This record gives sequence, structure tokens and C-alpha cells, in this order.
Amino acid sequence: MVTVTLTVNGQEKTSDCEGRSLLSDFLRDNLNLTGTHVGCDTSQCGACVVHVDGEAVKSCTMFAWEAQGADVATIEGMAEDDGSLGTIQQAFQDHHGLQCGFCTPGMVMSAAALLKKNPDPTEYEIRDYLEGNICRCTGYQNIVHAIQAAAQTMRAAT
Amino acid sequence: MPKDFGFGASSKRREDVRFLTGNGRYTDDINVYGQAYVHFLRSDVAHGTIKSINTERAAAHPAVLRIFTGADFASVGGLPCGWQVTDRFGEPMKEPAHPVLAQGKVRHVGDPIAAIVAESAAEARDAAEMIEVDIEELPAVIDMRAALDGGPLVHDDLETNLCYDWGFIEDNKDEVDAAIKKAPHVTRLDLTNNRLVPNAMEPRVAVGDYNSSNDESILYTTSQNPHVIRLLMGAFVLSIPEHKLRVVAPDVGGGFGSKIFHYAEEAFCTFAARELKRAVKWTASRSESFITDAHGRDHVTTIELALDHDGNFIAIRTSTLANMGAYLSTFSTSVPTWLHGTLMAGNYVTPLIYVNVKAVFTNTVPVDAYRGAGRPEATFQLERVIDKAARELGIDPIEIRRRNFIAKDQFPYATPVALEYDTGDYHATMDKLEEIADLKGFDNRLAQSKSKGKLRGLGLNCYIEACGLAPSNLVGQLGARAGLYESATLRVNATGSVTVMTGSHSHGQGHETTFPQVVSEMLGIAEDQINLQHGDTANTPMGMGTYGSRSIAVGGSAILRATEKIIAKAKKIAAHLMEASADDVEFSDGTFRVAGTDKEVAWADVCLAAYVPHNYPLTELEPGLEETAFYDPANFTYPAGAYACEVEVDPETGKVDICSFAAADDFGRIVNPMVVDGQVHGGIAQGIGQAMLESAIYDEDGQLLSGSYMDYAMPRADDLPSMVVDHSCQTPCTHNPLGVKGCGEAGAIGSPPAIVNAVIDALSRGGYSHVDHIDMPLSPHRVWEAIQT
Repeated sequence: MVTVTLTVNGQEKTSDCEGRSLLSDFLRDNLNLTGTHVGCDTSQCGACVVHVDGEAVKSCTMFAWEAQGADVATIEGMAEDDGSLGTIQQAFQDHHGLQCGFCTPGMVMSAAALLKKNPDPTEYEIRDYLEGNICRCTGYQNIVHAIQAAAQTMRAAT
Repeated sequence: MPKDFGFGASSKRREDVRFLTGNGRYTDDINVYGQAYVHFLRSDVAHGTIKSINTERAAAHPAVLRIFTGADFASVGGLPCGWQVTDRFGEPMKEPAHPVLAQGKVRHVGDPIAAIVAESAAEARDAAEMIEVDIEELPAVIDMRAALDGGPLVHDDLETNLCYDWGFIEDNKDEVDAAIKKAPHVTRLDLTNNRLVPNAMEPRVAVGDYNSSNDESILYTTSQNPHVIRLLMGAFVLSIPEHKLRVVAPDVGGGFGSKIFHYAEEAFCTFAARELKRAVKWTASRSESFITDAHGRDHVTTIELALDHDGNFIAIRTSTLANMGAYLSTFSTSVPTWLHGTLMAGNYVTPLIYVNVKAVFTNTVPVDAYRGAGRPEATFQLERVIDKAARELGIDPIEIRRRNFIAKDQFPYATPVALEYDTGDYHATMDKLEEIADLKGFDNRLAQSKSKGKLRGLGLNCYIEACGLAPSNLVGQLGARAGLYESATLRVNATGSVTVMTGSHSHGQGHETTFPQVVSEMLGIAEDQINLQHGDTANTPMGMGTYGSRSIAVGGSAILRATEKIIAKAKKIAAHLMEASADDVEFSDGTFRVAGTDKEVAWADVCLAAYVPHNYPLTELEPGLEETAFYDPANFTYPAGAYACEVEVDPETGKVDICSFAAADDFGRIVNPMVVDGQVHGGIAQGIGQAMLESAIYDEDGQLLSGSYMDYAMPRADDLPSMVVDHSCQTPCTHNPLGVKGCGEAGAIGSPPAIVNAVIDALSRGGYSHVDHIDMPLSPHRVWEAIQT
């Protein structure tokens, strides 16, 4: 067993896990942050995307102990302080960018990472960036619309 | 002006808030105190005899609670098939046993041999590696023709790999044969409808729990229809009566058909929890999903279309081999028959049709319904052969379709394949398609593509589907072993809010928003005063679940009926409060009024009176305001439409780019246009996936080569075009009270032929007119090869 201490959504957390535990398992099983989903076992689907030290990471691609001391952000930390939906989350609801909701946490976390790097992405750039996030429900069309709308809102606010 | 609430409004989905904040509660998010974990040891060969299973070392693992093998299930029932098909000769289909854990033989890669229950999932996996299984490998049969042509028997006791040889309508066969023989023109096409893996993003999960204090079993499972699972598992597998078995399907991360069926893992977890007096949890890995979730499609077909010289259809004859896999999954047998053969008339007047289907056992994962289920297979062959015929006869592909359309004034229209279409207007949807796809601008776009050295093509097709499954008395005659009604309970609370309980299940469709829209419209109260409960056999009435685009047509109609009962009773209460006759009471916008007077009473006051009956007609009416309705549809519904696709083909590499996709659908009346757009987008994406990317490929030994997301090409964001969808053509369904038809499967049914037609068109225009068909998926390699030959 290893003891892992990290910061998740601004709060420091410590828990023991097996050395082979993945970060995705640690978040779900040890910290009960079940918003991070696991949709595959080959690091393809992107349902488990979180931010580790500001970078979008598929949390199934690293061991929990590799996140020792890291600053992790998950879908549970994306809402505003008053509990209302954040800009990207709100855009996903407004534009029907989700159906079953399973890929959605990873999509939102990837979208946030994209917009941090590129505040005004083209449709092509959005589709290209989302290549590592699979959605089976939406055909991606309204996800693209949602991200474009969120980008516009975020640009207008700065 | 668009409405902002009620029927027809694009209300934002209330369920989104929990999904967007990580607060969804999917089955894998459910953990029961003290739960153990199961790992299934699965066959890695496609066919073999189990000589021995040595669990001694594994059982000694300190974390292992118990190891189960087939011997533990020798006296437990097998997984039942829900639909008995009768063959051409009046004989019932061959129905092999489908054990929970393999009994003596394994029949596909992924067949479960042993189940290891341990304190953690990781330790269960560790222990599984210590089990020694001696399997004598037998030759496997993967190809359907080989299976019928003396190949190894999947089930020795059946003495054949033929499940059934179905003819539809058998009495018409000779007439169809004769008509085709003497027809002026016959177009023939051999094609494959490629095998697909449904791949809902949430892998399947089951948590079995047992409450020894009241002898109740609880199963949490990733299901589209918890009541159906309770029925099948309770009655046929584990012999647990309904009142001792609760099945919960909480948030479910997509289904597309694959989560209709009753699977072995559900029965195992429920069984093991009773044995161990501890909850037992199973979470599929994606690799496991690929080799255990029922696959879809997998038909090999020859279709012949007979026409006169003017392109009028005379007769259709089609012959299909349909892969069942190694066992009969829950609804597998109905898919190539009643959900496929009955759709062969399409949108057209064709006097004579004969459909033959041979269902075949092979050493592969069972095949069952996947979004569209039989209807995509019917549409694909029909719309491909029509395009080929148009080319052969030199008739424009739109013109040949229009020439044969069932005209608006012919409805209700009885097809020669047993359906009666209630409404439709196929010229209208084609007109709309021509507009939204900007077909007038095609020549310009063709020239632009040409200037870049690309071959451009335009493909289109129509589709019709039979949805809203299904009239129980009809499907009973056809072999269904269940009724296909739906039920709803409306519980009006004392303060006027409403809880709607439905047997339909939402796993992405947005029912929690759209069903309250219907009730809101009828009661005139705000949508947020109405809450939908679904997915739990303990607190919803008996229901048949969600598949076959049935939820709004059947489940929604049950909700409408229950709401009507509520209104009828509430009027009587209101009449008492206003000292009037119930016949004189009118109800609108949440207020009861006595006609012709200024007397009125508000909805909330009537609700309160029902639960605090101090001033109440107690001698005539029971207190309370709660009603249940069952709705059994009188007919299927018939959504229909026309789809167009434009592609560019690179003749150097064979790579196909989808430039545009347009869909004009007629879904009848629409509750929430935003949700319908999303359903069509998703369906088309799966159709594009089938046409361009996806294929479940087995090698000759029965190993699934495309068994992960590294190998199975799921459509990604950059594989798909921006789609134009329109559902303004609306011919309301005539036999359900909402006038709705259903929209969930249309995109997946209607899109594959448009894409293949477009590629063939591009090749033809580019000088490769010798290519009259390419099987899906249209990979660069296949297209390039077709160009070269």
C-alpha cells in the first residue's frame, strides 16, 4: 500500500491505496469523486480526463502515487462558488451538448483545457482537440456548439 | 413563436445539471456496505470442451470468498430468449440452452467459465490467474455459410447450426418468383451489413444485494428495462418471485439496444449475493464489453428488385443469412425477422415481396438489437438496390423514388409485408430534403471538388421504420413472449406538485425533461412542479422499458392517459368545491371553472382538498389523487424521411470525406425539438460509423480482432461532419393520443445507404462506373481496391 496526498479541487486529501491503483480509481474509490468516469481500458475514451497541475490528463494513464503532491481538478470542482453551473457546463446544457452524460465530465474537462490554450478555436480545432474524447450519443455536433458558445462567453467576460 | 414550456418547447434538460457537475449516479457509483467483487474467468478460445477446472490455488488466496463454476449452476435456469420464431415449415426455431456459467463447453471467446468472488476487484483478478483450466480446443465456425455447409456444430444437441429458415410471406413466394422471372428488368445486389459493437460509453455493471431480513434480492444494473430484467431473471433463471426481487437501473450511460438484454452477469451477482449473504459487484472492463455485450447487424444478403421499363417496382425478393452468435440473446430472433422483413416495402408501392432469412449459430458473441435493429438492415439493402436499379435504367435516383412513393392519399396503406402505415407524406420530406441539402448547388460543388482532383458524389435515400413497439396482441401472434404496453402512475401531491412514475427508462433520451413537458401542457402547471421517476421496479409501475423508439409513443401515451384520469377525478373534486355539476366544470391553465359563471378554483386547492378532505364528496369519491394507466398501442408508428450525403473521394488513396449530411424526418408531433435534433445527430453519427469506420472482425479461429478502442474505429469528433436536420414535415400518428412517432433510431436507420450511394455516385461520375457496390465500412483500402479492379 502507498499513502497518497494530493490537492483535489482546492482541498488536500490523503488516502492509502495499492501501488497499482490508477489515479482514476483513487479519485472514484478512495475519494468518492465518482464524476470521473472510466469508459475503457486502453486510454482511448477520455471519460476520465482531469487536470493535473493545470494539464488535461487521462487519469487512467497514471498511477495514483504519481499524483503525489499534485494539484488535481475534477468535474466536481467546475461549478461556480455558489453552486451554479460554470460557463462551459452552462453552455453544454444550453446547447444540448450531452445526452447520457457518461462522457460529459471528460468532455467538459477537455473543453476547459482547450479554451485555456486557445480562447477562440475554430470548429476544426475543437474537433481535432476532442479526438481523444469519445461520445456515442451526440454525434459531437452540439458539443462543438457548446464549446464555441462557451468560448464566446469567456472572451466577452475578459 | 417558439414556446418556452410545455409540448413543443425546447426546454433545457433538467438532468443535465447533475451530469455536468459529476453528480450523476451510475451503477458503478453505487457501493453497498460490505460488498465483494466478482471477476469472470472467460474463455480465450472460441470453441472447446472443458476437461477440467482446478481452482485449488485460487481458492487459497486469502482475499477469495468463493469460486463458482458451471457445476454451481447446473440446477439454475439458463438465460431465456424472449421471442419464438416459427420457420417456413411451421416448426419452432432451435433454441439451445444458454447457461449462466459454461456447462462442459465454451462456444465463444468471452464465454464465462468461472467466477471468482473476492474482497476487491484487483484480488479477484489476481486469483483468476491462479485457476488452471484445461480446454480441449475444437474447430470453430465463424463464417455463416460454412456453418450451414457442414461446419462444426456450435450446439451438438441441435444437430444443426440453423436456428430457423423463415419465409415471409411464405404463401406469396411462388407469385414473387414468377413475377421476377418474367419482369422486364431485375436488379440484383449482394451485400453485407457489417457486424457492429454497440459501445455505449458506460460499460455494463451489476451489483447484486441480498437482504436476509426480508429475503429480498436487489439488483442494480445498467439496463434499459429493469422490469424486463426482473421478469426474465426472476421467473426463468433464479426462480425469485417479483415481490422478493427489486431491480434498479439508475443513471445509465447509453444503451443503443445493448442494455435491453438479460445478461449472465446480472443473474450471477444476484445469485452469488444470496449464496454469500453479501453484495457482489461486477464492473466490465471495455475489453470485456467487446466480448460479452451483444453485437449488432451481421447480415449477408442478396436482394433482387424487379421493375418495368419505366422504373416502377414490380417485386422484391430478398434472402439473408443472419448471425445469431453462439447463443440466443433476449430479442435476437425477432431482429432479422419481424423487425426486418416487415420493413422491406420501404416508402414504396411494391405489389409483391418475399423475404427469406436463415438465422445461423456461430462461435461468436451473441447478436441482438442495436439501434434500429433489423430496420437498418432492411433499409440498407432496399435503398442500395434502388440506387443500382436507377443507374441501370438511367433514371435519376430521386425520380425513381418519387415514381414509386406511396402517395399521401393512399394512407392508411397496407403493405404486402403485413404492416399498415397510418400516415406519411414522402414527397414532402423529399421536397424538404432537396431544399435543406441545397441540391441545386451540387453542380457547383462538384466543379470545385474536381478542381482539387477529388471525386464528388451525392447519395440519398429514404427510410421508413416501424417504431413504438408494439401492439401486444399482434406481437403475441408473431412469437413475442411478453406484452409490449407501457404504464404510468401520476401521484399528485397535496400541494399540487406531481410525481410521474413510468416504466420507460431514460439513458440519454431526456425523459426527465420531456415527459413532464407533456404533463405540464395538460395540467397547466410549471414543468418544475413535475418530477419523473423511472428505473426502479420498487417505485414505478410494471413497464417494458425503452427501445424501438417507443418511449414517447407508448410510455408518453400511458402518461397522457393517467393524466386524463387525474383531470377527470380532479374535476369532480372541483365540482364539489364549487357546488356545481362535474359536467359543467372546465379545466385549463391550472384552473377549474364552472362554464358560464365566474366560479373558479385553482389546481392547488383541489389537490389539497384531495388529501385534506374536510370538504370533500367522501360518499362518492375516495380521497387522494393518484392514477395509473396502461397503454397498449393499436399499431406501430411509422417515422419516415429522406437523407442526403455528399462525399469527396480521393482517387489516389481511396479516402472518403463526408462533406455534408442532411436529414428531413417526419416524426409526427414533437415534444422537444432540441432533444429530437440531438437524437437524430446521434443516430446519424452511428450510421456514419457503420458506413465509414466500424466493423467487428473475427479471425477464422474466432478471435475478435477489433476488440478494443485501439482497433475498433469509433467515430470521433473529427470523423463527423456538421449535420443539417429538419423535422418540420409532420404527419401526426393517427392512433396514439399524442400524435407522436418516435425519433431515437431514425438517424441510424436512414444514414448508411446515403453514404454508400454517395461514394458509388462519386466513383461513377469520376469514370469508375464499373463499381456498383462496396461493402461497409468504406475504408480507404476498400475504396481504393474497388477503383483498381
